[in-house]
Amino acid sequence: MKRMLSLAGAMLAAVILTALPARAKELTIGLASEPTSMDPHFHNLGPNNSLLSHLFDGLIDQDENQQLVPGLAVSWKALDDLTWEFKLRQGVKWHDGSPFTADDVIFTFERAPNVEGSPGSFGLYTKGKTLVKVDDFTIHMKTAEPWPLLPQDVSSIMIISRKNGEGATTADYNSGKAAIGTGRYKYAEYVPGDRIVMERNEGWWGNKGEWTKLTFKPIKSSPSRVAALLAGDVDLIEQTPTVDIERLKKDPNLNLSEGISNRVIYLHMDHWRDDSPFIKGKDGSSIKNPLKDHRVRLALSKAINRPAIVSRVMEDVAVPAGQLLPPGFFGVSENLKPLEYDPEGAKKLLADAGYPDGFKLTLHGPNDRYINDAKIAEAIGQMLSRIGVQTEVVTMPRSVFFNRASRGGPDGTPEFSFFLVGWGSGTGEASSPLRSLLHSYDKERGFGAANRGRYSNPEVDKLIEEAVVTIDDAKRGAALARATDLAIGDVGIIPLHYQVNVWASKKGIKYRARTDEATTAFSAYSE
Amino acid sequence: MSVFIIRRLLQSLGVIFVMSMIVFFGVNVVGNPVDILASDDMTQEQIQAFVARLGLDRPIYEQYWYFVLNALRGDLGNSFVFAEPALKLILQRLPATLELALASMFLSVVIGIPLGIYAGLRPEARSSKVIMASSILGFSLPTFWVGLMFIMVFAVMLGWLPSTGRGDTTELLGIQVSFLTWDGLQHLLLPAINLALFKMSLVIRLARAGTREVALQDYVKFARAKGLSARRVVLVHIMKNIMIPVVTVLGLELGGVIAFSVVTETVFAWPGIGKLLIDSIQLLDRPVVVAYLIITVLMFILINLVVDILYSVLDPRVRLKDVKS
Repeated sequence: MKRMLSLAGAMLAAVILTALPARAKELTIGLASEPTSMDPHFHNLGPNNSLLSHLFDGLIDQDENQQLVPGLAVSWKALDDLTWEFKLRQGVKWHDGSPFTADDVIFTFERAPNVEGSPGSFGLYTKGKTLVKVDDFTIHMKTAEPWPLLPQDVSSIMIISRKNGEGATTADYNSGKAAIGTGRYKYAEYVPGDRIVMERNEGWWGNKGEWTKLTFKPIKSSPSRVAALLAGDVDLIEQTPTVDIERLKKDPNLNLSEGISNRVIYLHMDHWRDDSPFIKGKDGSSIKNPLKDHRVRLALSKAINRPAIVSRVMEDVAVPAGQLLPPGFFGVSENLKPLEYDPEGAKKLLADAGYPDGFKLTLHGPNDRYINDAKIAEAIGQMLSRIGVQTEVVTMPRSVFFNRASRGGPDGTPEFSFFLVGWGSGTGEASSPLRSLLHSYDKERGFGAANRGRYSNPEVDKLIEEAVVTIDDAKRGAALARATDLAIGDVGIIPLHYQVNVWASKKGIKYRARTDEATTAFSAYSE
Repeated sequence: MSVFIIRRLLQSLGVIFVMSMIVFFGVNVVGNPVDILASDDMTQEQIQAFVARLGLDRPIYEQYWYFVLNALRGDLGNSFVFAEPALKLILQRLPATLELALASMFLSVVIGIPLGIYAGLRPEARSSKVIMASSILGFSLPTFWVGLMFIMVFAVMLGWLPSTGRGDTTELLGIQVSFLTWDGLQHLLLPAINLALFKMSLVIRLARAGTREVALQDYVKFARAKGLSARRVVLVHIMKNIMIPVVTVLGLELGGVIAFSVVTETVFAWPGIGKLLIDSIQLLDRPVVVAYLIITVLMFILINLVVDILYSVLDPRVRLKDVKS
C-alpha cells in the first residue's frame, strides 16, 4: 500500500512538473523614489522618465552612456543651420495595434508643454521648435536660431499616440486608459505607493529583451530596500547605501554594479557681494569678502583632500573631480585634472592674499539630497579649518536649503556665502552645467539660472553663447572645453567629486550602470 | 446625551477652523516647493511661470482665502506633486493604514490585556516579572530599529515572511483589504506587530496596575466569598473595572496610530497615508500636508467622542450631559 502511494505521488509530481510551462522570466525592481505619474509629459523628473522609458519611446533614445541612439527616428540630420530632418521608423505599432506615423510626433510636441497641473513641464525641450510634416515618415524641425542641442532636446520627449492621447488627462494615463506607447513594455497595473507592473510588448521593433514581466516597488527607506533584496523579495535595487556596499560585496548571493554618473558635487561661493553675510574676520568683525580674491578661492580648493573624501566619506564609490563632467562626456576639457591636495601651498596663498590667519566662514549644505552630503560638508569644514579658515558647517533638509540658496537673501538674491551643491547634466554634455552654473546670471536670456554664486566672466559668457549656437560638433566641443578651462581656472566653482551609483542585484542578474542614474529593466541582464 | 453630542460637534467646527489657519500659515513658512519640483535645467522665466501657476506669487492671506472658499465646497486643493485632489490621494491610501492600525490595535488588546491581568493577579511570579520586563523593552526600543530587526530576522535570515510591501488585496464592501488573502496576511503580520509593540506594552502595564488595585476591592472579595468561579471573577468583575483607563488610552493611541504610523510605514514600504505624509513634507507638497492634518483633527475629535460614549457604557456612574445644566 505504502509503495503504491509513493508511486502515485511520484506520478503526480511528474504530471505537475510537465504541466508547468517554461518559467516566465520576471524581474522585480526596488526603487528609491516613487514615480509620480504614468503620464510621460507630466513631470520632467528622473524617476518618472526612467520608468516611462519602458512604456514609451523617444524619436531619439539615450543609451547607458547618454549617447544618442535611434529610437522612433531611424536617422536625423541638420539640413541647414535652422532645419533638421528626422526620418521615422516604419511599421511600428502602438500597444493597441494602431500604426505610428508623423502625426503622433506632431501631436506629442503640441501636448508635451501643455499638460494641466504639471509641476515641471517639458516646455523646456519643445520651446522654439516648429514641426512640419513632410510625409507620413519624415518630419522637419525648424528653429529660430541655430540650435545644436536639438537632438538632445528631442531625446528627452517621449512620443505618445494622437489616437489615445487626444483630450486625455494625466489621470487617464495613470489609469492605463491612455498609457499606450510603442515601448518595450505594456502597462499592466499601477497601485500608487505600492507597485507598478508591466508586461513585455511582443511586437517591439528592437531587441525585446529577456524579461517578460516587470514589477517596480518603491521602497524609499534604504535599509529596507537592502533587506528586501537580501530577503529575495526584489531582484534589483538602485541607490545602494554606501555604508552597506562593503558587506554586500562579500555576499556570494549578490552582484554589485557601479558606474560613474553625470553628477558633479561642488562648492559654490559668493563672487559678487563685497560684504558676504556668512564670512567674518577671526575676531568676528565684518571684512571685505575674501572670496572675490582668486588666490583665496584657489587656496580653499587646494585645502581639500579629494581622495580622502572619496575613500573615507564615500567608501570609494566616487571619483575625484577636476571639472563639470567626467572624462568621456562631450565638451569636457582635456587639460583639467582634480587639484592636488596642498595645505602648505594653500596657507601660502592665503598669506599672499592678506589673510595669514585666515577668516571665519560658514559652509551650508543639504543633508538629504546627494549621497552622504552632510558628511562631505563636515569633512570639508575640518580640512578648511586646518589651513586657518575657521569653518562652521550648517546642513539642512533640501526643502529649506534650495530656497535659501537660490533666493533667501534680500530682493530674492542667493543667501549663502559658501555652500555645497551638485549638478547632473541631463543632456549628457558640458553645455548644461556651463549655461546654468557658470554663465553670468541673466534673467532675460535665461542664462545662469542656477548660478547661485553669481560668478561672471565675459569671456566665459561669450564662449558659452557661441557654443550653444554652433552646429559643428568639433567647434562646439572645443568652445565648451575652453569655457570650462577658463571658469575652473578662475575657480568659479570648486569641483569635489563625481557621484558613482551602485546597483545591487541577485546573483545571476547584472546591471549595466547608467550615467543618467536611471534604473531600467533593459539595462539588466542575466549572466 | 444628544445635546452633548451636538454641542461637541459644534465646538469641533471651531477647532477645525483654527487648526486650518495654523497649519496653512505654518506650512507656507517653510521653503519653496518650486525649488524641489522644478527641473534643474529650467530658466528663470520658466521658474517664474511655474510659481505663478501654483499660485505662490500671491500674498499668503489671499492664498488662504481661496483655500477656505474651496474647502467649504469640499475641495482641499490639488497636490503639487500629483496634480490630483489632495483629499482623493489621502482617501485612496487610507484603507491600507486603517487596516494596519486596526490589526495592530487588535493584537495589542488580545495579547496585552490577558498578559496584564495575569501579571496583576500573580505579581510575584517569575513569569509576571518576565512579562513586565519585556513590556519595558516594548516601550523603549525605537520602532524603526525593531522594524528593521524584524525584517532582518524573519525575512532575511529565516525567510518566513516577506520583507516589505502590502501583498494581494481583495475587495470587501468596496474597500481593498489584504487580511483576507494568505499573501496579504503574511505581508500584514510584521508591520502590525511592529506597530503594536508600544501599545501592547502600554496595555499590559495599565491592565496590571488596574488588576492589582481592583483585585483587593471588597466586591471582588465578596464575589470570591460567594463562591463564584475564578474565571467569572476575572472575566466579569475585574476585567470590566480595569477597562476605563485602557479604553481612554487606546482611543487616543488609535488616532495616533492612524495619523502617525509614519515610521512603520516607511520601514515596511506600506502604501498608507503615513508614507504619503512624509513624502509630501519632504517635497513640500503643501496642499496634501494641510488636507492631511485637517483630516487628522477631524478623526481625533470623532475618536474622543466615541471614547466618551464608551465610558458611559462601561461605567454607569459616568453621565454624558450638557456641561451647563
